[in-house]
Formats: sequence, structure tokens, C-alpha cells
Amino acid sequence: MLSSNVSAGTDGENSISKGKKPVKDCFESLNRVTFALNQGLDRVIFEPVAKAYRVLPSPIRTGTSNALVNISSLVTIPNNILQGDFKKAGINTGRFLVNTTVGVVGIFDVAERIGFSEYEKEDYGQTLGVMGVAEGCYLVLPVLGPSTVRDAAGSFINVLGGDPWYNASVNGNNEYLSDTAYLATRVLAGIDFRAKNIDSFENLEKNSMDFYASIRSLYLQDRQQKIMNSKVTTEAMDDGDWEEIESQ
Amino acid sequence: MKKILTFLTFLIIITSGISKAHSIEADVFVQSTVNRAAKTLGGNLSKEERVEKLKDIARDTVDINGIGFYSLGAHRKNLTEDQLSEYKKVFAEYFLKSFSSRLAEYSNPEIEVDSKKVINKNYTIVSSTLVSTESRPKVKIEWRVYTKDPDNLLIRDLIIEGLSLARTQKEEFSSIINSNDGKIEALLKNLSDFAAK
Repeated sequence: MLSSNVSAGTDGENSISKGKKPVKDCFESLNRVTFALNQGLDRVIFEPVAKAYRVLPSPIRTGTSNALVNISSLVTIPNNILQGDFKKAGINTGRFLVNTTVGVVGIFDVAERIGFSEYEKEDYGQTLGVMGVAEGCYLVLPVLGPSTVRDAAGSFINVLGGDPWYNASVNGNNEYLSDTAYLATRVLAGIDFRAKNIDSFENLEKNSMDFYASIRSLYLQDRQQKIMNSKVTTEAMDDGDWEEIESQ
Repeated sequence: MKKILTFLTFLIIITSGISKAHSIEADVFVQSTVNRAAKTLGGNLSKEERVEKLKDIARDTVDINGIGFYSLGAHRKNLTEDQLSEYKKVFAEYFLKSFSSRLAEYSNPEIEVDSKKVINKNYTIVSSTLVSTESRPKVKIEWRVYTKDPDNLLIRDLIIEGLSLARTQKEEFSSIINSNDGKIEALLKNLSDFAAK
């Protein structure tokens, strides 16, 4: 996969947006080791499981995916509020209520059918970004994959009370939910994601000279777009470098 | 991560083209390019024939040299004439191999051009949608079209759900060069090896 002379030790800076400082890959050597470990785990566990999951009938996979998205709105809604987007918070609350009840715990996306606007996931890492907190260094977390210091901190907020689903299942005192339920949804979300992208990842890996660097670039671009909540792609891009290119 | 997914999926749909048109609008150029690629991918050609056809389309409609220079980033300013000449050669081989082999696996993508936005006299961004199928949702694809010469429009980048293909490649190249003490030779070797495999 990786060419032999592509190794750790770059200065690893990724410039991804207008006027922003590039994100540094301060721990690149360690990140590359973790990345390799994750790839190993993927080959042995996640990819085979995802392939098996893909064999399930489409309605089962769609229903599972819908239910997981519905649960994720429990984190999206407080983040809509923290970002000052009260309108979206209201819409997402309505969507959650409709899908949880009429849609049978979110298995059916009834809200979409009755005209709710397209769902956009938000998380605490994005909210920190909107508040002006810089990314910090790029990180690759074991099992979880690409992140940054800011996004990893955002994830911790989930388990510190920011995720109502975590609170209800792990900390809740009821007979229906337990930490197993929470863990199961997280694992299922991972399998669902992997199953949707088997071909894409294979293709990217096959056509990359430095797969690690490609994934890092894609992750950082994606986060920047999400934080800007921009519908216009070029708003998040620096055209300066393009303007210097003369080929005609 | 949804955007990453769709980006990865549609690295696939990337470069295709039409014969060079004369003073046509950027959106018409993109739609024609897409139609030409779809015809190739949907035809009864062998994989090898598809690859060759796709390479022809890319040569006609993609600014391979421009993308190559962009992908070098700041490093392009440090190259000697000989290195630059070698880079242009191996990059073109790499580019054509990479994208034709990606595309050849897929058949008949249906892309509808939605709108265009003129950025300046050199660039127009054309927005399009890859129509959804049973196996995937619709995907937003934007095309950065180089319009400096109105008689010879060229594609310089594809932006899939907000993720730039050229930028990703630029950062990959930078990583390879920086991993090898800033030596461009390392990138040249990687490009050659990739093109030869």
C-alpha cells in the first residue's frame, strides 16, 4: 500500500482554508503507527464484519442506519443550540420526536417523507470550532481513526454528560438500557459506516501513494466544511494557489 | 464522515470529457464532458478499451499540467528545469493511469449540471448532481473549470461534497516530499512506480 520511501517524519502541515493556519501533524510518527494498527484491525475484524453486514436485506440496513441517525440527533440538538442555531434545533427536535414515535424508534425516516429539511449532524468538536477553538494537532486514535485535539476533546464532552443517549444508557437507572446498549449502537454505527464505504476505501487505497496523507487531508477538509456550515464550497477554499498556476 | 464517504466513492466519477469545444459555456462544457464519459462507460468496450478511451477524454478536457503544478504546492518553486520536465512527464503518466483505472471499474454515471458561478476571468465553478440510485444517495459534485482561454476550457479540480480532489493530491505529494527530506526525486520515483504497476 504505502510506498517504501514514504515514511514518518514530515512536517505534516495541511492548509485547508482561507486565512487559516495549517493543521500540524505534531505526532506523525505515532499517528502513522496507530493508522497501521487501525488498518490491521480493519482487515481482520471490521472489513469482514462490514462485508457480512452488507449481505443483510436492504430494508434492514436502511432501518438500522435510520435508527442510528435518529440517536445521533440527541447530540446534534444541543450543539445546534450552542452554535446559536435555534431554528435548526427546533427542526431537529421535531424530527426526533416524529421519527422516534411514528417512525418506531427511528427505523423509518417519517420526518423526511413529510418534508423536514435535510438532516445535518453536529457535534461538540464542530461547536468548539464555531466558537473559535483551533484544531490543535492532528491525531489518529486507536480504533476511532482520524481526529484532532479539538475534536477528541469534543468527543469527551459526550461522555461527560453531553450525550443524552450515553447518559440514559450508561448512567441511567432503568431496566431497559445499559452500557451494552450504548456500546452496541456505537459498534453498529462503525459497521454501518464501513459497510457503506468498502468499495470507496478500497479504491482510494489502491490509487494512493500515501494513503495516510490522503485520509488526513480528507478528514481535515471535511471538518472545515462542517464547521463553516457552508453550502458554497469555494467559500472554504483558498484560490490563491490556483491563481498562480499558468498552463495555457 | 458522510462527505468523506461520498468523496471516496466519487473519486471514481472524475475525469472525462468532450472534444475541445469553441467558446462554449463552462456548464455546457461540463455536461458534454460527462455525457462523453458516460457513453464510454456504458458502452460494450473491454476494460482495456475503456481505459484508453478515458485517457483520451482526460487529455482533451483536463488541464493535466496545471493540476500537476498545483499538486506540487510550494515545492514547484524549487525545481530545476530538468526536474520540472521530468515531473511533467511522470505526472501525466501517473494521472492518466490513476483516473482511467478508477473510472474503468464503473458504469454509466448520470450527472445533471445544476448551475455555474463565475469566480473570476480564469475560473468558473460548475455545480452538478450525481443522480441517486438504489445503492447510493445523490452526490454534489463541483467542477473547477479553467476559463482563461474561452476556446479551450479545461477542468482543473473536482470538489465532491466539498472535498477537493486536487487539494487532497497536493497534500499527499507534500507528505511524500517532506518524508524524504524535501527531495523531489522521492516523489518522481513514487509517481513512476505507480504508473508502471
